[in-house]
Amino acid sequence: MIARLWRLLPGGRSLVTSIPYLWLLLFFLVPFVIVLKISFSSTVIAMPPYEPLLHWTAEKVMQIKLNLGNFAFLVEDNLYWIAYLNSIKVAAISTLFCLLIGYPIAYSIARSSPSMRNILMLLIVLPFWTSFLLRVYAWIGILKNNGLLNNFLISIGVIDQPIQMLQTDFAVYVGIVYSYLPFMILPLYANLEKMDLTLLEAAADLGCKPWQGFLKITLPLSVPGVIAGCLLVFIPAVGEFVIPSLLGDPGMLMIGKVLWTEFFNNRDWPVASAVAIALLLFLVIPIMYFQRAQDVEAGGGLHR
Amino acid sequence: MNHGRSWFRMGVLTLGFAFLYIPIASLVFYSFNKSRLVTVWGGFSTKWYGELLRNEQILNAAWLSLKIAAISATLAVVLGTLAGMVLARFGPFKGRTLFSGLTTAPLVMPEVITGLSLLLLFVTMEQIIGWPKGRGMTTIIISHITFTMAFVTVVVQSRLAQMDDSLEEAAMDLGARPHKVFFLITLPIIFPALMSGWLLAFTLSLDDLVITSFVAGPGSSTLPMVIFSKVRLGVSPDINALATILVAIVAVGVVIAGFAMSRQQKIRDRDAQMALAANQQMIESLKKG
Amino acid sequence: MATSPRAAQQKFEPWTDPDAKPYVRIEKITKKFGDFVAVDDVTLDIYKKEIFCLLGASGCGKTTLLRMLAGFERPTSGKIYIDGVDMTLIPPYERPVNMMFQSYAIFPHMSVEQNVAFGLKQEGLRKDEISQRVNDMLNMVKLGPFGKRKPHQLSGGQRQRVALARALVKKPKLLLLDEPLAALDKKLREHTQFELINIQETLGVTFVVVTHDQEEAMTLSTRIGLMNHGEIVQVGTPDQMYEYPNSRFVSEFIGSVNMFEGRLTDDEPSFVRIACDDLEAPIYVDHGVSSAPDATVWAAIRPEKITITREKPTEADNWASAVVQDIAYMGDMSIYLLRLDSGKVVRVTQPNAYRHADDRITWDERVYLHWHATSPVVVTK
Repeated sequence: MIARLWRLLPGGRSLVTSIPYLWLLLFFLVPFVIVLKISFSSTVIAMPPYEPLLHWTAEKVMQIKLNLGNFAFLVEDNLYWIAYLNSIKVAAISTLFCLLIGYPIAYSIARSSPSMRNILMLLIVLPFWTSFLLRVYAWIGILKNNGLLNNFLISIGVIDQPIQMLQTDFAVYVGIVYSYLPFMILPLYANLEKMDLTLLEAAADLGCKPWQGFLKITLPLSVPGVIAGCLLVFIPAVGEFVIPSLLGDPGMLMIGKVLWTEFFNNRDWPVASAVAIALLLFLVIPIMYFQRAQDVEAGGGLHR
Repeated sequence: MNHGRSWFRMGVLTLGFAFLYIPIASLVFYSFNKSRLVTVWGGFSTKWYGELLRNEQILNAAWLSLKIAAISATLAVVLGTLAGMVLARFGPFKGRTLFSGLTTAPLVMPEVITGLSLLLLFVTMEQIIGWPKGRGMTTIIISHITFTMAFVTVVVQSRLAQMDDSLEEAAMDLGARPHKVFFLITLPIIFPALMSGWLLAFTLSLDDLVITSFVAGPGSSTLPMVIFSKVRLGVSPDINALATILVAIVAVGVVIAGFAMSRQQKIRDRDAQMALAANQQMIESLKKG
Repeated sequence: MATSPRAAQQKFEPWTDPDAKPYVRIEKITKKFGDFVAVDDVTLDIYKKEIFCLLGASGCGKTTLLRMLAGFERPTSGKIYIDGVDMTLIPPYERPVNMMFQSYAIFPHMSVEQNVAFGLKQEGLRKDEISQRVNDMLNMVKLGPFGKRKPHQLSGGQRQRVALARALVKKPKLLLLDEPLAALDKKLREHTQFELINIQETLGVTFVVVTHDQEEAMTLSTRIGLMNHGEIVQVGTPDQMYEYPNSRFVSEFIGSVNMFEGRLTDDEPSFVRIACDDLEAPIYVDHGVSSAPDATVWAAIRPEKITITREKPTEADNWASAVVQDIAYMGDMSIYLLRLDSGKVVRVTQPNAYRHADDRITWDERVYLHWHATSPVVVTK
C-alpha cells in the first residue's frame, strides 16, 4: 500500500530512484556493452591495445573479418573449451561439497538453543571478516610438501613420504570449499532457522520417526535456501582466479586464470573480452535464476 | 523440539569449526616462528612483526587500502540505501526488473568479468571525455562502490521488508512529508542495518584483489595486491604477522559486538518485564474502575 | 463507569434531520486493484460527533474504504468530502484526518512523549504549547506518569493509548480507527470500549471505526454500516440493524438468528402468514410485507424471542414441536439446540432465571416452541 502512496509524488520518487539507477547503468551495465564491443575488435600494439571503434565503419571488408575473429579463436583453440568446461566442473564439484559440509553445520546451528545460535553464527561469520586472500594463503602453509598436514600425517605414521597436495586440483577444491563455506551456510541457516518447528512436532504426532521428519518436511522446506546457497557459491566459483593461482597446478586451466593471462600477460584485450562475454553468456541464466530467488526472499514493495 | 544435547550436532559443530579455524590458527601460530621455514618450528619470536612494521611497501599499501575502503564503504551505503528503499518501498515501476537485476547481479558476478569491464569503461571514458585521467585511487573507489553497494542493498532491503511500514504511514498521517518520514522515522530504525552494511562494504573493499588489479594504476598498490605478489612466490612469515594482526582486530571487534548484543538482550528482557508489570498495574486500576 | 451515553445517544440522531449537513460525504467511491473491485460504488454520509462503524468480514472492503478516507489509497472513481472540502486527492499529511493503526505503529525509537508530540511538531507549534497539549492528552488517556518510557517498556493496552493520544492531540476533524480493540484481551476490551466512548464524547471528535467484531460495533457505534463484497448492505443504529435487518445476510451477520424459508399464504397490509415446510403451523407476522406474489420470503426469528414450553400452545400460528438436541449451559443463560420433525435445528436462548430449577428442560425431551407475532422479521432477499 505504501508503494502506491509514494507514487503520489512522482518528482521526488524519480530523483531517488535515478541516483542508484544511473550509477549502476553507467558503472555496471555500460561496461558490459563495451566489453562486447571490444570483443569484436582486434589487437594492436598501442595503448589502448585494441582497434578503435571508428575504424570498422569505414572499411566494410574489415568489419566482417573482425566480427567473429576472436570468438572463432575461442571455439577453435581447445584451450578455451577445456578451460570453460574445467571451470564448470570444478565449480560444480566444489558447490556440492560445500553443500554437503555446510548443510549439517547450518542445520546444527539452527537447531541449537536460541542464545547459542547467535554466538555460533557470529563465529561462523568471523573468518569471513578476515581477509579472503590470507585465508587462502593459510592453506599454502598447510598443504605444502613440508607443510602442516603432511608433517602431521608423517608424524602419526600414516605415510612416510609427503603427498603432493599443493598445486593439485585437490587443493583448489579445498580452497574453494573453505572460502565459500560462509556463503553456503548463511542462506541455509536463514531458511532453517525460520522453519516452524511445530510442523515436525505434528509429523511426529502422526507417526513420523525423526529422520523421516527430516526427509519429508525439513529437507523440502529448505530447498530455497539450498538453491540460494548453491548459486552464491557456483556462479562466482566458475570465474575464480585467486584460488587456482595460489593453490592449483600452474597448468590447471580455469577460465578466470585464462582471462587474467590474456589480459595481463598477452595484453590481448579483445580476446580477454571475448572470453568474458562467453563466460557471461553461460552465466546469464544462473544469474537470472538467482535474481528471481532473491526477489522472492527479499520481499518488499512488490507483494502488497 | 528438543534443544538439548545431540551427539550429531556436537560432532558436526566441532568438526565444522575445526575446519574453519585450524587454517587461521596456523597462520597465527607460525607468525611467531623464529625460523623462516614457516612449517618448521624454530622457537618463539616476534621478529616478523618488527619486519612487517618496517616494511614501507606494505604499510603504504595498507594505508591506501584503508582510505579507499572507508570512502567507498560510505558512498556504497548511501547508494545502497537508496536502492534498498526503491526496491522495498516504491512498488512496481517501469524498469524495475532491470533495476532489480542490476542491484543483484554484482553479488554473484565473477570478479574477473567485473574488473575487466570496469577497466575497459574507464579507458573508453578517458578517450571520450578525458576523465578519469589514468587509473588510480578514483577508479578503484568507483569500482569498489559499484560491487559493494549490491551487498548493502540486500541488507537494507531485507531490513526494510521486516520493518512495519505502518510506522511510515503513521508518520505521514501525522503530517510529515515523505522525505521527513525517511529521515525522522525510517533511517533511525534501520540504522543498525546501515552500520552492518558499512562494515560489510568496508571489508569487501579492503580485501578485494581481482577487480582492484584491473583498475589500479601504477603507484596505487593496495594491500591485497602487495600480499598477492608476495605469496605467489611462496610462504612469507611477515604475511603471517599481518594476518595475525588482522585476526586480532576482527576478534576484538567480534567480542565487542558479542558483548553489545548480550547487553542489548538484557535491556530488552528488563523492558519486557517492565511492560508485563505495567500491564498488571493497568488491569488492577481498571478493576477498581 | 460511563455516564449513560445511551441516554445521550437516543437523542443524538442527526441522520434523521433533513437539514443536517453531513460532515463526511463519501460519494460513489469505487476502488479497483487491477480487476478486483474492493469497494463498489459506495455512497455514505457521516455526521459530526458520530461514532460510525464499518462492519464486515475480512475482504469486504471496509479497510480499503478507511484508507481512502485517510489518504493512503486513491479512489478509482468518486469523491470524498470532509467538512465540505473535496479531499479525494489530498495526500495524508495534508488532511485534517488522523488514524489509529491496528498495529498501533508507535515509533520504537522515541519515548511516549515524543511519539505524542510528533504530529504537533510537524505543525510547527511552539515548544511550550506542544508540551502543554501533550501532557493534557497523556493525562486524559491515563498515561500521565509514563511519558518518558519507551514503547517496549509498555503493555499492549498502554501502547494503544499512546496511539490514541498521538492521533487525538492534533484535534483532527476525523479520527479513523482500524480494528482498535482486536489486539486486546477480553477484560481489557470491554473496559476500553467504554473509555473510547467517553473520550469521544468529551472531545467531540467524529470517529470512523473499522471492525469485524459485530459485538464491538454494537457497543461502540451510533450507527453501523455493514459491508459485503465492497458494497454497503445496510446502514442503521445498532438496534435498527439487529431488529430490522433488510436481508438474510444482515440478520445472519449480526447476532444469531433462525431463518425460516416459506411462501406468503396471506398477504394483507396489516399482517401476513407464511407457510413454511419445516413448521407444522404457519408463521403469523403482525405487519405487512412488500413482496412480489408467490415470491419466496424468509422469516428471521432471534433465539431470545422464542419460548420453550412442555404444554402445547393454544394459538393456531407461531408454534412448533421439537426435540431437545443439545444444551449449552453458559451460566447466565442456556443455549438450546432443538430439532424440528423436519430435521431443521432451531437455536433458542433462555436466561437461567432460577437457581435450583429441578425440572429444567433436558436432552431428548419433546417440547413446544412458540413466539410472539411481533418477533419475526420478514426479509425478501
